[in-house]
Amino acid sequence: MDNATIDQIIDKHHGEASSLIQILLEIQGQNHWLPKEALERISERLEVPFTRIQHIATFYKAFSLVPKGRHEVHICMGTACHVRGAQRVLETVEDLTGIKPGETDLDLKYSLEIVNCLGCCALGPVMEIDGTVHGNMTPATTRDALKKYE
Amino acid sequence: MDEILLTIDGKEVAANEGMTILEAAQKIGIYIPTLCHHELLEPYGACRLCMVEIENRGRIQYVASCLYPVENNLVVRTRSEKVDKIRKMILELLLAHAPDSRDLKELAEEYGADRNRFDREASFCVHCGLCVRYCAEVKQKFAVGFVDRGTRREISFVPKIAAEECWKCKECFPLCPTEALQAAYVYVQDITAKSPFKLVL
Repeated sequence: MDNATIDQIIDKHHGEASSLIQILLEIQGQNHWLPKEALERISERLEVPFTRIQHIATFYKAFSLVPKGRHEVHICMGTACHVRGAQRVLETVEDLTGIKPGETDLDLKYSLEIVNCLGCCALGPVMEIDGTVHGNMTPATTRDALKKYE
Repeated sequence: MDEILLTIDGKEVAANEGMTILEAAQKIGIYIPTLCHHELLEPYGACRLCMVEIENRGRIQYVASCLYPVENNLVVRTRSEKVDKIRKMILELLLAHAPDSRDLKELAEEYGADRNRFDREASFCVHCGLCVRYCAEVKQKFAVGFVDRGTRREISFVPKIAAEECWKCKECFPLCPTEALQAAYVYVQDITAKSPFKLVL
């Protein structure tokens, strides 16, 4: 992500320090992670101390300071999904992508994450990819769902 | 400005509006233990060691005296059975993080806190925020800050700023109640032992 894009996002929010989280969210949304250079640029432009930005960026789980894949795969490991076989769904995804929860593959295609409940237990086991919920997953349907994402 | 009259440990105190209980107590020489308090900094209320018992219209509450503003007719007790119990518990929890802190050990002796009560989780930082706040509020350099949250929260220097500012400042080192940084320890030793320059804080 280059400085021009970052500046554009900052200008959209009129360079106000109070819009810090909005700006971070937007960069996170476009870039999938927050590079240190981007944070430094924001710190300079908004006149917010770098420590504060660092504090906020590490506080919220929505932000990532390490590169994330284009597609964020969340697998629910809540009680309902767990007893309905979320472990097998997770194993399938791990096999297909070659990454463990919390990791990102080398092509920056997928990031895998375990969550504890997505709030739709009746659909369990649930897998969420880029915000789209896939319910009643089996290893076979998991494979099909993952293939749709490039 | 109106004077506010309150009682601390049986002594009448006249305080100004906006003062905290801790300030009022310090004014008449009553000692309340604190870790995260510093006169130059905004009250923070992180360590909770300054917990006191207050009685207002018959209601008893336990509040952090470094944050609680004085009120008329307030009755404050800085030591009571329950206050001591609360402080003992806080000390034991803090000692799990910084078992060798001199400040904590001294207080632990006074309150009978057992430093082995909880499993050690020695991070050597009790998150008092003194270094972070001192750097931000007094020095305005923002060289050190908190990162992460919850049990993983820790202090972290920004290397770029630290490289420029910290060598000549180091004023946060003696503030640390746990001597978290080895460097802080060496520095404090140094200024107390041989250096003709005494740091006044």
